[in-house]
Amino acid sequence: MSTLAARAERAAAVAARHADAVDREGRFPAEAVAALKAERLLGLQIPGQFGGEGAGLTQIAELCSTLGQACSAAAMVFAMHHIKVSSLVTHGLDSAWHCRLMERIAREQLLVASSTTEAGIGGDLRNSLCAVEATGEVFALGKDASVISYGAQADLILATARRNPDAATSDQVLVALFADQIALTRTGGWDTLGMRGTCSEGFRLEAREIPVEQILPKPFAEIAAQSMLASSHLLWSSVWYGIATYALDRARASVQAEARRRPGQVPPTALRLAEVANAHQAMRGTIVTALRRFEDAHGDVDTIGSVGFCVMLNNLKVTVSDMAVDIVRCALAIVGLAGYRNDTPFSLGRPLRDVLSAPLMIGNDRILANTAKLLLVQKGSGQLMSA
Amino acid sequence: MNITQDIRDILESNEAFAGRADQLSEDDSLFDRGLDSFGSVQLMLALEERFDVEFPDALLNRKSFSTIRSIRDAVSTLINREAA
Repeated sequence: MSTLAARAERAAAVAARHADAVDREGRFPAEAVAALKAERLLGLQIPGQFGGEGAGLTQIAELCSTLGQACSAAAMVFAMHHIKVSSLVTHGLDSAWHCRLMERIAREQLLVASSTTEAGIGGDLRNSLCAVEATGEVFALGKDASVISYGAQADLILATARRNPDAATSDQVLVALFADQIALTRTGGWDTLGMRGTCSEGFRLEAREIPVEQILPKPFAEIAAQSMLASSHLLWSSVWYGIATYALDRARASVQAEARRRPGQVPPTALRLAEVANAHQAMRGTIVTALRRFEDAHGDVDTIGSVGFCVMLNNLKVTVSDMAVDIVRCALAIVGLAGYRNDTPFSLGRPLRDVLSAPLMIGNDRILANTAKLLLVQKGSGQLMSA
Repeated sequence: MNITQDIRDILESNEAFAGRADQLSEDDSLFDRGLDSFGSVQLMLALEERFDVEFPDALLNRKSFSTIRSIRDAVSTLINREAA
């Protein structure tokens, strides 16, 4: 078996085996990431001419869902990696250095992390305080990165910074930094309710004597609007869909076991299961529609960066993150105490704690506030099948 | 109607460019000069009000509002369309 689905399932099986330990110990899902590398799934999006497989976001989304059913943290690490790779693939083709970087990612299966969050700025990725300080052909960068998910385990970090020390906080660039080019000093831990394996710790990042060609030529504002927003919301949603699917499957198995014990009767919990299955289908429809709209845009930056598209993506994130929490919670109510316990085949504690992060990572209120601004100018098309 | 001057007046009243709209060239990237997403929404609203037009969704993208020249092109297109 070497289809993409088979490779993903093999990696997911490894992730599932270690998911409880990753959660309990709050550690990086090292076995799962090793399996992703062994199955060569980290270079999937890289174009064929650079040694990758030229996979689209829809294929990556399917894998995020598969992994989400096994280990939420491993799935989120995979999603975050591919969100960064998507920025490279979309915006790095004009830069010889970044083309070589893509070759290395595919060949060596490098794990890519992101550093946008900064002390004094928080999670507002479109502003930076730290700045690239160039001297001739090299630059230095020091950043109080209050969160870098799996920063200590990544092979490469893509970090935002102001273009130069005189630039406005929103005039940012994205720089690629190899792990052996930087010094990371841990400044904060990651002891959380769920998603414990993403190891989203705080660091002081110091980089010196970095060749300026490692700075992506495109302004980060364009990268954020034209690839990151879409890939983030589409892939995160797919991870949450995977978590919700796992919970629905446990609830279904529980109801079916009850039905087998009492032939001739429909268990009372079957009605609740019908409600959850209904919500799950609606959730799936929301994600699939968004993925289709993204694919239909064929990378056209004006479409993907438009107000209407941004509203659609914001709505996707808010809808799916809330639905995922509701679905897992309802699944727990169906399964009952066997789901509440941590030692049964129906345990739902870990997925419930993991999925509670969904409405919080970029808080839904912040996203709705952004949508509210965009709705001041957006026009409706009034059509069912387009926009 | 001097569209370019009207656009400059509107930019002058935008928080991002107050006091320096006259220093912008026709092709300066407004986003690089500090225009953020909320600022661009405010800019779109002000343009719609001033020129009595509505930007359709297809024009509500980054490119249409990236420079004074691109804004003038978008506004001219809409004014001509309404006049036709």
